[in-house]
Amino acid sequence: MKVKVNAAVCDGFGTCAGHAPDAFELDDWGYAAETGDGTVPPEDEAKVRRAIADCPVHAIVEVAP
Amino acid sequence: MTDTYRPASLAVRAHPGIAPRLLGADAPPGPGGPRGADLLGAVERAGLRGRGGAAFPTARKLRAVAAGPAPRYVVANGEEGEPASAKDRWLLRHRPRLVLDGLLRAAEAVGAAGAYVYVSDPAAAESVERALRDLDGVPVPVTLREVSPAYVAGEETAVVRAIDGGPAKPLDKPPRPYEQGVGGRPTAVCNVETLAHIALVAAGHPADTFLLTVSGSVPRPGLYEVPYGITLGAALDALTGADPDARGYLMGGFFAGLAGPAVRDVPLDPDALRAHGSGLGCGAIVVLGDADCPVAAAADVMAYFAAENAGQCGSCIRGTAAMSDVLTGLSRGTATADRLARLEKWSTSLPGRGACGTLDGAAALAATLLGGFPADVEAHLGAPCPRCAAFPVPDGRTRFAVPDESLPGGHL
Repeated sequence: MKVKVNAAVCDGFGTCAGHAPDAFELDDWGYAAETGDGTVPPEDEAKVRRAIADCPVHAIVEVAP
Repeated sequence: MTDTYRPASLAVRAHPGIAPRLLGADAPPGPGGPRGADLLGAVERAGLRGRGGAAFPTARKLRAVAAGPAPRYVVANGEEGEPASAKDRWLLRHRPRLVLDGLLRAAEAVGAAGAYVYVSDPAAAESVERALRDLDGVPVPVTLREVSPAYVAGEETAVVRAIDGGPAKPLDKPPRPYEQGVGGRPTAVCNVETLAHIALVAAGHPADTFLLTVSGSVPRPGLYEVPYGITLGAALDALTGADPDARGYLMGGFFAGLAGPAVRDVPLDPDALRAHGSGLGCGAIVVLGDADCPVAAAADVMAYFAAENAGQCGSCIRGTAAMSDVLTGLSRGTATADRLARLEKWSTSLPGRGACGTLDGAAALAATLLGGFPADVEAHLGAPCPRCAAFPVPDGRTRFAVPDESLPGGHL
């Protein structure tokens, strides 16, 4: 699984990093970016799916299964 | 040394020993030359790379669009968002027929259903309109689209958005315009200098020169046509009278940041400059002379990024503002070592966090200042810099813009 945070949509809620702290990194103001190239290890997939579902502004996209 | 930050008039000339091709007179294009797949082959063999800043191989972009489903589109991108660049305005004002010839050949080669010319400069728009009226039949409809000038308005997804009736602001990638562009269709967004090169390649010329806009502390600011691979120092010596001991350079347009004196020995070539930690970009180079200071220049440009970013991505809005705050403080002698450490962290942690390249450029500006001018930066901690003090506090309107009125009326 590979994900990407749409930087123009993210509003800095930080929900994603709460669910999956290894998959999302927040900057000093709370805006999120995917870690590395966005590849999610299989053991983190469930947490990342929760992050996708819970993002209040739907800023996270799954770019590859 | 004259400090001509707002050059009164730009010289327009080719490097000694080469015949001006891009800067020549705007003759009507010849009817012949390779077309379709043959043209794409010729463009590939010429090694043509995009002159908007990214240096992407032009043939590869056009082939990707040609391989997509019809209808397809081609856009001549003439919105020169880089304040220190004058080349695209000049080409559209003085060589509209050359640019349109390249646009129409590219449109034909990718099987486009339509073509657009995208500009913000009113004089360029007038010139293109006139040239379009003079054209004797076009293979595809050409639409002129005018947009308000802005740093981000020339970014390729901003171009597509504006043509589709939206704001001229970038979108997150992917998809890129070659996949989903105008109307969601495959679209080649090409810089106008790139299109001029396509027309020249079709006429049998190599693509071995490019346009350089030189301004700043330089006796002869200008728009110059230079051969690829010449060093920056050799080009400046031959054309501009710039002080060989200049303190530094703003490179690329603003997004490649600052470079120290050593960049003079680097060939003007996208790969060589990238390997040096800098960039050729759209070929806009500002010389920082004796009276200037790299910290003052960085503070000026960072304030510009903070004012001119698209206002879309949180990391960019907050990051450029925070970096601008530190650099303005540094230029006034009020920054602390702690704030400087934050700046260093942001310069490496913020790249990639914006939908377009603005935040990357801002981070590169900070990184190249800190990495290339450590002694200057150190000297600004605690003590106000007399050179910085000579400039007003940066307000977002950069002092490095090449103003419209400095562009000459005629051509070579």
